Amino acid sequence: MGLTRRSFLKVLAAGTAAAAGPLARGGLLRRLRLRFGARLPALVATKGTSGTLVQLSGLPGSDGEVAVAYAAERSARTEPGEAGRRWVMVIDLAKCDGCRECTRACTAMHFVPSGQEWIRVYEMRDHATGNAYWLPRPCMQCDNPPCVKVCPVSATWKREDGIVMQDTSRCIGCRFCIAACPYQARGFNWVQPAESEEQRRQPYDMEWNTRHFKGTTEKCIFCPGLVKKGKLPACAAACPMGAIYFGDQVEDAVTNSQGETVRFSELIKENAGYRFLEELGTEPRVFYLPARKRLYPAPPAEPAVLGGHH
Amino acid sequence: MPRQPDPLPPRERLLLASLTAAGPGFCALVGALLAVIVWGIIAYAVQLRYGLGVTGLRDNFMWGVYITNFVFFIGVSHVGALMSAILRITGAEWRRPVTRMAEAITFASLLMGALMPFVDMGRPDRILNLLLHGRLQSPVLWDILSIGTYLTGSTLFLYVPMIPDIALLRDRFAAGPAWRRRLYALLALGWNGTEAQRRHLERIMGVMAILIIPIAVSVHTVVSWIFGMTLRAGWNSTIFGPYFVSGALFSGAAAVVTAMAAFRWAYHLEDYITEAHFRRMGYLVIALGMIYAYFTFAEYLTPSYKMAAAERGYLSAVFSGQFARLFWFTQVGGVLLPLLLLTVPRIAWVPRLARVPILRPVPALATLATLVLVLLLLPAILPRTAALGGFAAIRQLPVWIVVALGGWLFLTLLPVFRQRPIAAAVVASLLVNVGAWLKRFVIIVPTLQYPFLPIQRAPAGWALYRPTWVEWSITAGALAGFVLIYLLFSKVFPIVSIWETREEGRHPAPESSPAGAHGGAADAPAP
Repeated sequence: MGLTRRSFLKVLAAGTAAAAGPLARGGLLRRLRLRFGARLPALVATKGTSGTLVQLSGLPGSDGEVAVAYAAERSARTEPGEAGRRWVMVIDLAKCDGCRECTRACTAMHFVPSGQEWIRVYEMRDHATGNAYWLPRPCMQCDNPPCVKVCPVSATWKREDGIVMQDTSRCIGCRFCIAACPYQARGFNWVQPAESEEQRRQPYDMEWNTRHFKGTTEKCIFCPGLVKKGKLPACAAACPMGAIYFGDQVEDAVTNSQGETVRFSELIKENAGYRFLEELGTEPRVFYLPARKRLYPAPPAEPAVLGGHH
Repeated sequence: MPRQPDPLPPRERLLLASLTAAGPGFCALVGALLAVIVWGIIAYAVQLRYGLGVTGLRDNFMWGVYITNFVFFIGVSHVGALMSAILRITGAEWRRPVTRMAEAITFASLLMGALMPFVDMGRPDRILNLLLHGRLQSPVLWDILSIGTYLTGSTLFLYVPMIPDIALLRDRFAAGPAWRRRLYALLALGWNGTEAQRRHLERIMGVMAILIIPIAVSVHTVVSWIFGMTLRAGWNSTIFGPYFVSGALFSGAAAVVTAMAAFRWAYHLEDYITEAHFRRMGYLVIALGMIYAYFTFAEYLTPSYKMAAAERGYLSAVFSGQFARLFWFTQVGGVLLPLLLLTVPRIAWVPRLARVPILRPVPALATLATLVLVLLLLPAILPRTAALGGFAAIRQLPVWIVVALGGWLFLTLLPVFRQRPIAAAVVASLLVNVGAWLKRFVIIVPTLQYPFLPIQRAPAGWALYRPTWVEWSITAGALAGFVLIYLLFSKVFPIVSIWETREEGRHPAPESSPAGAHGGAADAPAP
């Protein structure tokens, strides 16, 4: 088999990608093993290598055929997300009337186990004289995610497209991420969740996240399966008020369920957009527009609050 | 051919007899402990089968009794490093009969403590992921590394100074049961007490004594960082490392006092462990308790002075709300009273209390019993009283009555405790350990009750943490496991170091004052 310069480079790039995956977020043991293997230049796979299957031999961790990043049909752990994109969500609190259609759509889409709400609508009141308002809280997909820092097995990690991913097939259930999350955005499967026939037929795919396992942690992941197909996440698509905008920060455009597409930066600037618990430095990717000049009913003046300082 | 061992002094003969003596009391205790352990294992099997849903833990309370046990056991384990390393380096000769007890506590409690996170895991079947995919960024990995190192180090530190004693046992049990002969012959490593062997042993112990201190400090520091590395109000504290280390040493030293009293009583070790040892351990517990109290004060005063919005919730719950009773018990019953009890033998005015009529034991106890009876009937009367008065203070009345009766009981018993300093030390150390466990609970749970976002839309029963029988059973099982490991250890190896207590006599005390902080002979008479 002749090896041209071009195909050799291709193999080299693919091999690098195959090695860079475990290097980037591989385990302790694998990393130690790799250290004694071939020293490889730290290149990252580009879109050009998408779908390529190449023969590799002699590389650590490869047994012949290795799929490079983006190659697998089902989303693999190595997937860094949609290259060149930074997903972002904007929730207009002025438009939210607390109907919880977002929660219902999310629960239906992912078969969210009972007891969990991946997007939970809180009844908020910041201080005694302040007005009450609804606060839908998805996972904030923080750019400085406290949950990712503490995970001992990289069952949760930050993708290049901004999504904080969760692999429930790797989670050991220590619940440190739940302790670390200041937004209460993570839930735990305390018992084996009841699954429907339809659910059981689907294989576990972390991007769709429809299967749920006892003793693991779960959360909102911005519906990467839908987003990949050019659709809005389930909650944004279901909001009858068009209060949830979703889009790409790089493209600087966000879209809501009413089909309105607006400039993300202008939307934030003109409406004094803010991020929840900004002072914690978690750098959330979910922005809120303040609940001013609201046309819809607010929550009861005395929200049912148990604990918390609000 | 084993050489004929020399006859032993009486106290050593007594100590060796404790290895083989297994009376009905011992058998009953082992049986009871095994029963509790089996019950704990059944509870764990239930948890394994149905998931952590059988516990009181829920999304808002992701950690509870198991992590409390974890912090408690790891804390108690610190005493090994304190007794064998710090006291050794500072030349406190009185430590000699107590070091092995302390090291064995370290060993047993580390095993139980290290078990707890695995009991708490949702997917124990994926335990290997910690090795396959372990990430050093996570404090969980720091815990595994530092607890693993400390377990290895303190096991060695328990074993290495035991080698001369094991060699002695090898010679003494030459006609004993086969398992003992084989075990001692194996573990003695061919020790026959030559000058070269002794020199090696001394060097190893000298090096280990220094190495074990930073390892021990690191262990409880990283345990505290499980909490300290989160943003949660109440855990987000810079002093959690030293705070936890001080609490660990305090509870560990108290555990040694309990062990000393138990073995002294059960194995008749009065010749080894004298009242002077209790007095010195008492000083140590007092000193550590004051450091711990200082850290507690600093930890709570700074946020409660500022009353920042995020911290208000858990602080008021701890000081005057839902957790106030637990918290104040840990401070009064777990720190203040034990320290008072340990100082009682030195307080001149205590005997005068016995002359106060209401503090004479018999009338006082009779009155107290009557009042307790009234107190038990009080809840039946109280709702009407509260409706009449409408004062919130009235609802707190039972608490204040309990506090007053407890104070009365304490003052009544003080003269009694002065007569019996060992009983006082044991009561104090048990109080310290109960308080230590509860304090760890009060560190963990109130913070979870007051997260940044209010607890809303929680399913019924999810908004409060109530531990279930599964958690209590596993906790009881772990405690029984700790005692059983400790007990069996004392049946295989002498619980007091024989060769080190022999050497005690060879080093005359550098100063004769028994009140001296270091170096004084423990057996010196009390002033």
